[in-house]
Amino acid sequence: MWNYIKLVVLALITLMAAIAANFARDLAYQVHAIIIIAVAGGLFVRTLRNTDEPVRPAETGYMDGVIRYGVIATVGWAIVGFMAGTFIAFQLAFPALNFEFLQGIGNFGRLRPLHTSAVIFAFGGNALIATSFYVVQRTSAVRLFGGNLAWFVFWGYNLFIVLAASGYLLGSTQSKEYAEPEWYVDIWLTIVWVAYLIVFMGTIMRRKEPHIYVANWFYLSFIVTIALLHIVNNLSLPVSVFGSKSVQLFSGVQDAMVQWWYGHNAVGFFLTAGFLGMMYYFVPKQAERPVFSYKLSIIHFWSLIFLYIWAGPHHLHYTALPDWATTLGMVFSIVLWMPSWGGMINGLMTLSGAWDKLRTDPVIRIMVISIGFYGMSTFEGPMMSIRAVNALSHYTDWTIGHVHSGALGWNGMITFGALYFLVPKLWGRTRLYSLSLVNYHFWLATIGIVLYAASMWVSGIMEGLMWREVDANGFLVNSFADTVAAKFPMNVVRGLGGVMYLSGALIMVYNLWMTVRRAPAVETAASAMAPAE
Amino acid sequence: MYTILREFADSWFLLAMFAFFIGCILWAFRPGSRKIHRDTADIPFRNEDQPAGTGASARAHSEEARP
Repeated sequence: MWNYIKLVVLALITLMAAIAANFARDLAYQVHAIIIIAVAGGLFVRTLRNTDEPVRPAETGYMDGVIRYGVIATVGWAIVGFMAGTFIAFQLAFPALNFEFLQGIGNFGRLRPLHTSAVIFAFGGNALIATSFYVVQRTSAVRLFGGNLAWFVFWGYNLFIVLAASGYLLGSTQSKEYAEPEWYVDIWLTIVWVAYLIVFMGTIMRRKEPHIYVANWFYLSFIVTIALLHIVNNLSLPVSVFGSKSVQLFSGVQDAMVQWWYGHNAVGFFLTAGFLGMMYYFVPKQAERPVFSYKLSIIHFWSLIFLYIWAGPHHLHYTALPDWATTLGMVFSIVLWMPSWGGMINGLMTLSGAWDKLRTDPVIRIMVISIGFYGMSTFEGPMMSIRAVNALSHYTDWTIGHVHSGALGWNGMITFGALYFLVPKLWGRTRLYSLSLVNYHFWLATIGIVLYAASMWVSGIMEGLMWREVDANGFLVNSFADTVAAKFPMNVVRGLGGVMYLSGALIMVYNLWMTVRRAPAVETAASAMAPAE
Repeated sequence: MYTILREFADSWFLLAMFAFFIGCILWAFRPGSRKIHRDTADIPFRNEDQPAGTGASARAHSEEARP
């Protein structure tokens, strides 16, 4: 019966998408409608072929298939995102790389949101969904709630990414940083996200452990807060149901305030809380000892939750936003430094008594450097939110350097650590294919980040100083083009840092591939005796 | 409306949130929490391969869950 309803719904969606493709007012919308025809039509055929087939018995045990797909998607999007980033870094150094024949698709302005969304939402988001599904099952001791809903979350989220990315290239954007997708893509993400919440909450509610492990608290806060932020920041009215353009409900300074309330909490809850969930599970697992202080982890959690949400206005110093609001944002950002470092200490001290593992286990090394970068960027961030520092740093490359020491150092490295932990487990291998390749990855990535961050510090501070330099008569000394010319060497070094980080990731892909292909499988004698289910 | 909400946010709601926050911290330090926290911190080291209460062998599930 359920299959018949699905068939009707899918047929209707395909039909409506076909109508939408016909009446489309712009190319991006038309392409998206065609993508939806293909997806819904494909699902229709697939459902049709399965209808009235004998139903397979429900599986017990942990639901790992969707996590394996999530791991593959994470790795795939990582390479796409890093390649896009490295390419646009060189576009900044060598503008000739904005090829004439790619104007309107492949120039910096179109590729930049592709890069940011590919690394944050595609790489980071898939990593968060996959690891949260893994962690919530293990720490609740039950199978994922909702059956195939988890598959809907995975495929639905990746469809969102494909729609967002293809939209950027074709110029469909609402011009809000990290929230570029237009209205119908936003609605789709909302549906997927609610399904994600149901799967996650349902699993926690059916847990067999009396307590909810701290990693799940972080994951849950990430899911709930992102839902809230996403909906409020994307309140908009489409100009036409057959076009991608929409108009924001907020305007002026209110819009700016909402955008950076969203923007900073995307950092706070997507890139921090979610990835802290990863840290609180995978670091103890890899170190084979429980977290240093469970009390500290509780304080870490509640402090982050209560403080982060207020920090957004520090993005709007010296704007039309009232002074009290930016001061509030600044003060809360500085207060945030303490819980952030509490969390860093908690992560690092989990290794106390096992520091020797740093020498023997390169995966631990990757995790430790990621926690180190977490500490570093959560110190740098509060400092940059101070109004006087911000006067120098804002709009310069320093901000870019800060974001990348957080994203490449903290988010990237902790995800690599989690992937190195997960792949042997998920594919039933005793160990990774090669630890020395992990070591190469570690050094390439670390040196790459250092090159990136250092060149951007130099470039950013130089830029800020050149912009504010005035002569004896009060005239500006430098034109904007002078600062662009002066940044050339730093831009090249930044690009090289990106190349190193990308090649480290390519080594990881090879290593993980060979782990699945070649690494010795876990003894399967036991499974032969298991009852067939 | 804005003024009323603003007034409320600046006073009672601020106080309530702050009290909730302090309450959470104090709750973590309540007597007897050490044992619970130690037990909770050990959760990742249990039920690694299959849900609680399923008796089958450790490897069985991941073999069949493979797509």
